[in-house]
Amino acid sequence: MISLALAYLRDRPLTTALNVLLLAISVAMLVLLLQFGEQARERLERDAAGVDLVVGAKGSPLQLILSSIFHIDQPTGNIPHNSLDRLRSNPAVSRVVPLALGDNFRGFRIVGTDATFAQSYSLELAEGAQFDGPMQAVIGSRVAEETGAQLGQRFIGNHGFANGNGDGQGHDHAPFETVGILAPSGTVADRLILTSVESVWDVHGISHDHLEEDQESHDHDNGETTNASAPQSHIPSLEPDLTALLVTYRNASAAIRVPAMVNRLTEMQAAVPAIETARLLELLDASIEGIRVFAWLLAATGGLAIFVALLNMARGREGDLALLRVMGASPIQVFATVILEGVIAAAVGAVAGWIGAHALIGIVRSQFATLTDLGLTAWAPVSGEAFLILAVIAIGALAALIPAAQVYRIDPARVLARS
Amino acid sequence: MQLEVSGIGLSYGDTRVLRDVSLVLDSGEQALLLGASGSGKSSLLNVICGLQTPDSGTVTLGDQPVHDGVRKAHIGIIFQTLRLVSALNVRANLLLAQRLANGVQNAAKVDETLEQLGINHRAKARPFELSQGEAQRAAIARALVVSPKLLIADEPTSALDKGNTKVVAEMLIEAARSAGASLLIATHDDRLTSQFGRTLMLENGKVTG
Repeated sequence: MISLALAYLRDRPLTTALNVLLLAISVAMLVLLLQFGEQARERLERDAAGVDLVVGAKGSPLQLILSSIFHIDQPTGNIPHNSLDRLRSNPAVSRVVPLALGDNFRGFRIVGTDATFAQSYSLELAEGAQFDGPMQAVIGSRVAEETGAQLGQRFIGNHGFANGNGDGQGHDHAPFETVGILAPSGTVADRLILTSVESVWDVHGISHDHLEEDQESHDHDNGETTNASAPQSHIPSLEPDLTALLVTYRNASAAIRVPAMVNRLTEMQAAVPAIETARLLELLDASIEGIRVFAWLLAATGGLAIFVALLNMARGREGDLALLRVMGASPIQVFATVILEGVIAAAVGAVAGWIGAHALIGIVRSQFATLTDLGLTAWAPVSGEAFLILAVIAIGALAALIPAAQVYRIDPARVLARS
Repeated sequence: MQLEVSGIGLSYGDTRVLRDVSLVLDSGEQALLLGASGSGKSSLLNVICGLQTPDSGTVTLGDQPVHDGVRKAHIGIIFQTLRLVSALNVRANLLLAQRLANGVQNAAKVDETLEQLGINHRAKARPFELSQGEAQRAAIARALVVSPKLLIADEPTSALDKGNTKVVAEMLIEAARSAGASLLIATHDDRLTSQFGRTLMLENGKVTG
């Protein structure tokens, strides 16, 4: 019966192709939405894992989170370097990761930080060693893959964040040396270049000697930092500033005390990644929902097209079906043949749409850097896709139900008498 | 297997088509059922094949009442127009007929039958690509590949010219003989009577002869 159903589908190639195409387009749209939603959610959650709070210059909290955790937006400004010590001395805080941003190498962001960054993302080295001196850099696995950079090689950073979209200032006077390559981590670190904060300052000609002196004096005094100078948000500065701080709490009570302290007592802002990520996903879900409804309508249209095609077939193929009955096919077998036609057309459409969607992700991913930055990968099926394919096959079966019921009731003698 | 038709009566509304029709066709016997158009030949064949339930009477084949199972296992039917399944080629039609009749396919038997009827060169042709003569041969092949005990043909030559009519009739007679099957041909074409030893006449709903 399967081969007969296939033969009937082949017998009307244009109608079959159009029905399959309609369903394939709707499935492709749904898979794309599912992939984009799931992968973006997964990626955002993974990148934000372990970071309870981001402290940065005042501005949009979402922008702060996007620039400091996901590295896909411009920073909100700078914050004073002493804010790092201030937060690190807070007993409710277990880890503070400094970030100094501003440059890129071939589109990959150069991040001035310290060893706590690697701890925060549980990063491991594939080759070489961690940066330990001026102008040493450790590159992420994707950076190594796409730039072909190897240990010992030197490279020059450019001002700005996007490759070719910066202000064109190459820091020729201060090349970095690749001392380590990170193993793939599946996090944002894969596409970052890590170096010391001091190296970032050096690249920009910012003196930081007095900080070391202050640090020594601070250590000798063994006292608290008293210099709570005002942050210089949005103002380009030659002061040794930082871009943001990634904070991990020591205990649950810190979730109330630390953001309140930052927001009330300083001119910096504290943004909670969990809240901002949820807000971002909410926005994303709202826009995805509209397209999803449209895609399901398209799938229903595909089902309707199958229904019409099979209904016409049931009328036009009465003689064939009567002959099948005469040859020994039971009413159930004839019924099953028509159902199979609907199911096969829907299944081919669903699978073609699924393959098409994943292939499209692969193609689009190579063309749009933002999708790459979001971590969208071509062949990473999510569980909802199986449901989607089954649902579309069910639509095909449902569409075939009425035509199949019609042929089930065919009276061969009546058809023979007519013919 | 002996075919026994006993006391068949059939009406369409107020019109009585068959009146107390009885006939016996012995195993391997060949007969012509002759009658004018609209005399009820097709209706009688439908009843014999178990496709239509009569108002009265019984039909048995080898002592078994004819029903769907008996038809598909033992009766090969050739129609005037409904010859082959349109979406399949000739060979696929024959294989499907075998599968539906007894659940297995015998490709060697299919090829042998196509060769016997001289259309093996058209095995891959689709029904719409066949000439009238080729299509009728293919329909005979479809009926024969299931090794029937009774071969029934309804107006098998009505669309054919005189030459082809004789050829097809001879073909049916020879095919039934070689398959060891009984043969009953319903036709209005009295040119065929000379080729059959027994002719049954259907007039006014009754069979004579």
